[in-house]
Amino acid sequence: MESFFSRNRNALVLITVLLAQVVGLATQVRSPGTSPSDKGGVRLIRAWVVGLVSPPERVLHSGGLGVRGVWTNYLDLIHVRQQNKNLQAELDALRLEEAGLAEDARQGQRLQALLGFREKYIYKTVAAQVIGTSGTEQSHVLFIDKGLKDGITADMAVITPDGIVGKTRDVFEHTSQVLEISDETSGAGVIMVNTRIQGVLHGNSWGQPQIVNLSPDDRIKAGEPVVTSGGDSIYPRGLAVGTVEKVVPDPEGTLVNVLLKPAANLEKLEEVLVITNAGDQMPAGMQQDLSDAQQRASEILAERLPSRADPNAPPVVAGQTGTGQVSGSAQTPPKLDNALPTPPPKPPLPIHPDRYSSTSVAPADEMVPGTAAGSAAAPAGAGTPQPTPPAEKKKPAPPPTGTEPKAVPKKPAAPVSEPQQAPPEQTAPQAPKPKPTEPQLPAPQQTPPTTTPPATTPQGRS
Amino acid sequence: MPLMASSRHEVGTRSYPFLIYVLTPVLALGLQSLLSLHFTFFDVIDLPLLVTIYYGITKREPMSATVVGAAIGIAQDALTHHALGIFGIAKSVVGYIAASLGVRVDTENHGTRLMLTFAFTLVQTAVLFLLQRHMLGQPVAWHWVHELIKAAVNALVGVVLFALLDQTRRRE
Repeated sequence: MESFFSRNRNALVLITVLLAQVVGLATQVRSPGTSPSDKGGVRLIRAWVVGLVSPPERVLHSGGLGVRGVWTNYLDLIHVRQQNKNLQAELDALRLEEAGLAEDARQGQRLQALLGFREKYIYKTVAAQVIGTSGTEQSHVLFIDKGLKDGITADMAVITPDGIVGKTRDVFEHTSQVLEISDETSGAGVIMVNTRIQGVLHGNSWGQPQIVNLSPDDRIKAGEPVVTSGGDSIYPRGLAVGTVEKVVPDPEGTLVNVLLKPAANLEKLEEVLVITNAGDQMPAGMQQDLSDAQQRASEILAERLPSRADPNAPPVVAGQTGTGQVSGSAQTPPKLDNALPTPPPKPPLPIHPDRYSSTSVAPADEMVPGTAAGSAAAPAGAGTPQPTPPAEKKKPAPPPTGTEPKAVPKKPAAPVSEPQQAPPEQTAPQAPKPKPTEPQLPAPQQTPPTTTPPATTPQGRS
Repeated sequence: MPLMASSRHEVGTRSYPFLIYVLTPVLALGLQSLLSLHFTFFDVIDLPLLVTIYYGITKREPMSATVVGAAIGIAQDALTHHALGIFGIAKSVVGYIAASLGVRVDTENHGTRLMLTFAFTLVQTAVLFLLQRHMLGQPVAWHWVHELIKAAVNALVGVVLFALLDQTRRRE
């Protein structure tokens, strides 16, 4: 017996080691529905190994960054001035674009509030350096240099400005493991931007993200952008995921899988952001940005418009520097205001002002909901005698002309409900700078469809 | 090409400073993790496997090579999100075979090392495939050409790496 063990000692050791590992594997592998978190012993082993490997990685990585920083920050500064100019021009263009998007965002917020939809906004992120990978083809994970000490916990979304990267999995003291969206065991709720088809994103065996188990649909085309749907309670809604590369049949059925080209460059990641705090309310900074966006865009437009230097532009009446509303009518004697060196562009005054003209209607915030514009103008205007001409005030009812009611511009009625719908907006009461008379009327769709004017309002610029 | 060991010198074990035994696996794991981040193609190279093979063919003790292979493999598993033991089992097998062959084969020869590393890389791939596909039931991508290229690259890198590690050998 003794000779058997001594003769086969090596093989017995091999069998023992293999058996021990097989048993260990069996205890770790769970059914798909159970939590993927590790038990204490396994987690301890992972923590030891990561603690052993990550410090040298951190040192090597920071050393490499230092060398690269010397090159990029001190030596390679060619064309920086030209690049700065280009970026400035791009910034101006983006501000204009931002104004339009801000309006859409406000509208979206109102609609979401109406529908009771709760969107997640990003409150706080933690920037982290990617210091390593798993080093194997089978496991698409990253290691970042932030951990529990930095407020990171498991299942936090990890993103870059280009798109999502993955989520945190195992979090240690100073290091975290990030499971990339290209891994087979990852998952994210996504939606296609154009077709609005929702699906679940997984990685495939070759490390490419794909939306799985979709019904065949001819509308899905290559190049269609895909964003997060927010349904997985990890990734906030609307973050870029990638673009459709191609549609392939699912090998196990009649469904199809949609292969994506990830928006974030998953193969060359250096810095990432971990979303550590997200909530339902829009952050104050974002609200302020939205409020400022339109104002900045107006200023840029005012600088660029030819009417700014147009000598034929209508004269500015003294005392009308507030919101840009032309409170006087055509009867007011024009008086040039030489104290304003750069008068903002003003819309032409109406040739035949009536009760539907912007110059004859009381400010929107003074109108009473449920009353017609004409009838509301009288009581509202009573409190503010300056904006409404006396001749208009005396008209208690709409004029009996048969042609005008079809072209009723109902825009002033919209802001009646607007301050209740979007109280955080702070632009309306401020308006400190002279602006074009285009009032901020973001919700014209709230007026009844039957009263929507087919013609343009008289405020349009010439 | 002399494949079989023909002298006592060829079958004798070698000794290395203790620090080498500790540092080499750690360095292999760290470099593997770091370089894969910056060079995507580095995924095909398996430095921990090469260290396991080198330990087996130079130490020529199947028992210790099995244990060392298991330890390196489990450490490699710990850096992934998979269950611990997949690489551990594969490297235990590789370490055992490498040490068993090291007694019979002249492992000083670069050509022999090239062929052994090529074969051991394929052995590890086969064990991993069996474990993941048939034991764990996970989908595994399999492409013969890719696996052969991977084995060839590892064999070439292994020859260079083994020559470097030979320099740390303790002179007797």
